[in-house]
Amino acid sequence: MGTYVLRRLLIAIPSLLGISAVLFCVMALAPGDPFGELATNPNVPPEVRAALREKFGMDDPILMRYWHWLVAMLQGDWGFSFVSRINVDTLILQRIPATLAIVGLSQILAICIAIPVGVYSATRPYSIFDQIANTLAFIGFSLPTFFTGLLFILLFSVKLDWLPFVYRSDLSATGLQWWWEQFKQSIMPICVLGFFQAASMIRYVRSAVLDVIRLDYVTTARAKGLGEKVVITKHVVRNALIPVVTLVALQMPAVFGGAIVTEQIFRIPGIGSLLISSILSNDTPVVMAVTFVFSCLVVLFNLIADVLYGWLDPRISYS
Amino acid sequence: MNENEIRGLVDSVKDGRMDRRAFIQRMVAVGLSAPIASQILVWNGVAMAQSKLEYKPTKRGGGGPLKVLWWQGPTLLNPHFAVGTKEQDAARIFYEPLANWDPDGNLIPVLAAEIPTRENGGLAADGKSVVWKLKPGIKWHDGKPVTADDMIFNWQFAKDPATASVTIGTYRDVEVEKIDDLSVRVKFKIPTPFWADAFVGTRGSLIPKHLFEAFSGAKSREAPANLSPVGTGPYKFVEFKPGDLVKGSINMDYHKPNMPHFDSIEMKGGGDAASAARAVLQTGEYDYGWNIQVEEDVIARLEKGGKGKALISKGANIEFILLNHTDPWTEVDGERASLKTKHPTLLDPAVRKALQLLVDRKGVEEFIYGRAGIATANFLNAPERFNSKNMTFEFNVDKANKILDDGGWKRGSDGIREKDGKKLKYVFQTSINGPRQKTQAIIKQACQKAGIDLELKSVVASVYFSSDVANPDTYTKFYCDLEMYTTTMTQPDPTQFMLQFASWEAATKENKWQGQNISRWSNKEYDETYKASVGELDPVKRAAMFIKMNDLIIADNAIIPVVYRPRLYVINEKLRAPISGWDTDTGSLEFWYREA
Repeated sequence: MGTYVLRRLLIAIPSLLGISAVLFCVMALAPGDPFGELATNPNVPPEVRAALREKFGMDDPILMRYWHWLVAMLQGDWGFSFVSRINVDTLILQRIPATLAIVGLSQILAICIAIPVGVYSATRPYSIFDQIANTLAFIGFSLPTFFTGLLFILLFSVKLDWLPFVYRSDLSATGLQWWWEQFKQSIMPICVLGFFQAASMIRYVRSAVLDVIRLDYVTTARAKGLGEKVVITKHVVRNALIPVVTLVALQMPAVFGGAIVTEQIFRIPGIGSLLISSILSNDTPVVMAVTFVFSCLVVLFNLIADVLYGWLDPRISYS
Repeated sequence: MNENEIRGLVDSVKDGRMDRRAFIQRMVAVGLSAPIASQILVWNGVAMAQSKLEYKPTKRGGGGPLKVLWWQGPTLLNPHFAVGTKEQDAARIFYEPLANWDPDGNLIPVLAAEIPTRENGGLAADGKSVVWKLKPGIKWHDGKPVTADDMIFNWQFAKDPATASVTIGTYRDVEVEKIDDLSVRVKFKIPTPFWADAFVGTRGSLIPKHLFEAFSGAKSREAPANLSPVGTGPYKFVEFKPGDLVKGSINMDYHKPNMPHFDSIEMKGGGDAASAARAVLQTGEYDYGWNIQVEEDVIARLEKGGKGKALISKGANIEFILLNHTDPWTEVDGERASLKTKHPTLLDPAVRKALQLLVDRKGVEEFIYGRAGIATANFLNAPERFNSKNMTFEFNVDKANKILDDGGWKRGSDGIREKDGKKLKYVFQTSINGPRQKTQAIIKQACQKAGIDLELKSVVASVYFSSDVANPDTYTKFYCDLEMYTTTMTQPDPTQFMLQFASWEAATKENKWQGQNISRWSNKEYDETYKASVGELDPVKRAAMFIKMNDLIIADNAIIPVVYRPRLYVINEKLRAPISGWDTDTGSLEFWYREA
């Protein structure tokens, strides 16, 4: 087991290097620079822009820039944002709480919906409940989040005027009042993301449970006279959840990566909105840091999923 | 309009036969910016109008929180690093210049005790220096006094190339010397008619010496005060999250009486323009929304919410079409559109005149931009237009056809005109942006009727406006026949602006396409007039020169102005905020108040 993990970690190094090199090249080849706004203003002499580019080393050859970045990164220096001239780690740390809260809660919501609904419809396949759950799931994952987001805003903010649609990271209230306001402003984005995730997860859980429920040991358990409740929770769900756990583990990096579209719609100051605004302004250090952390997380959680798999299912071995 | 006519108008203002505002409007109509017009009056001894910014509250504070929405969040708070208007806006909450521009283009003192004039000895007769006096008793938010040393420091800070400031263009060519604790003299190398640049408006905000002194030059990025500003403004710094939030609380020691009205300010960033308009106009969650680039019908629908309205602030941003004077399709020494070539057809005055007639500006205004784009011939305007009360824009396909017929351009079998085997077929490029593509389509249609074939091309804005030397699609390379974009003029002086037509400024491979004359138009008379205007001190003569330059461009149909682009903003029904197109949106933040 130990050697397996070690081997996997060693393999991860070249793949991370490869990922960072590709990312860096794509960013460097993409047109535009962070000072585009100075371009159409004739009061700013073009030399000012050229000097800024030079100062930030943007005119150096790509390889050299990559090398500088890599060396700094290995020493724990993430560089600073060209646009805000702030250290990248500070920027990212500022954005993490909102992303964790919103995307994390939406994942939990998705699991809370998906598992009971998926299991229940699998135990009664083609019943009315199953049909309805299926239809809703299809609708759920066919509707993109930007559409449901706008729909929610129109309904709950504009028509009914119940909920605010601008997420504020500086609520002035304290105590219970703070929780209440936080709840009001978070509920829409959490639901939008959560429902979308839940929709596809329901299908996943349902088919996993269906696979297991027909197996002989389930019949045996029933033949022993065990109650239906025990059969389902103890024998079926436990085994059926193995692939679901993997799925959730692989979703975890996304929790840190944020949800670009939803964060944009509700103005949530998370990692996703930081990433998109940095990409739009060609802020290479920030984009590199965010995407690199993201790829590290993907590699890491892949490993965790594999390890978990062996733990959940003793038939899989790593020798 | 020549020098004498302007003098006549100035006299009538002096006698009281004409009011200031009418004078300024007339000057604007011939293509001068309002601040320049206002300076003509000052030079000639007509006092600067007492700024009439309305402010009703009779005590400081008590207005509750002010919530404003910038759909692109500010990313930094140091005014010397402020790349875009959003950063300038955010920095202005905490930092202030010596003077700023009101909506009519008058200078209003902020930190200055008074506006320098020749009468009060502020302006030197030779135009080579200006004296700025600070209002006594102004304190930084941390209680330290603001002195002339701070002004000297700002100059040194900004002009140092190692600092990498964006204000370097303003400060590198001037010398600032201390007179006493509260006043400095700004000295220019050459007689400078437009002296209100350093320490004024968007480039003029002062940062405190005692907090930034240790971080001048290469270390400028490390200053802790970059993230927690200490200024002189109406609000004190509370919190800053780049791209997301700027928060300030009332400055109880603010140097203007009874100001500010609000107890705190919260500037929220992110999202998109349409939903920002919604948050102000429809749900009322926010009081103010910045730079709402949304189509007219959407705005009009949201306004029905009744919580607020959309207004414009007039600057001098203009959307215009450039005609390439060099040949973009022939490569000379590895460069297309080289100065060594001549455009095969666009150099024919008849063709340019016809194109001018084929742009339906009124239609573009009515159907595309609405309030946010006013059809214009004002920016570069013929003098007779100015005299005419009836400002119509000629859009006349028949006349265009006739001019082309007379010019010898015959329609070929495919309906496209040609002469000597050269066809009137052009590539017309602009950035990808809804209204621009619609404008392109309108022009293409009209041109079709006149036998001119336009191929429309649209380039992603981040490419089009980039300084990437390797990319052929940037607007400065102009590798096509016609192109359209907005040129902004956030600062009132046209000197830089008019450089866009000076022949030595042509964008070429040699200067990495950083030259500002993109159309590569060249005209000896224009060049000479421009050079003369640079050192001309008498604003009237100077104004006449600018008008002459405008005339030269227009008479030659070198470019086609399309619409004025005032900034559109949305504001709560009860909020009163004077927004000047010559300054940042928050330029007069201390005057903002909420009607009871």
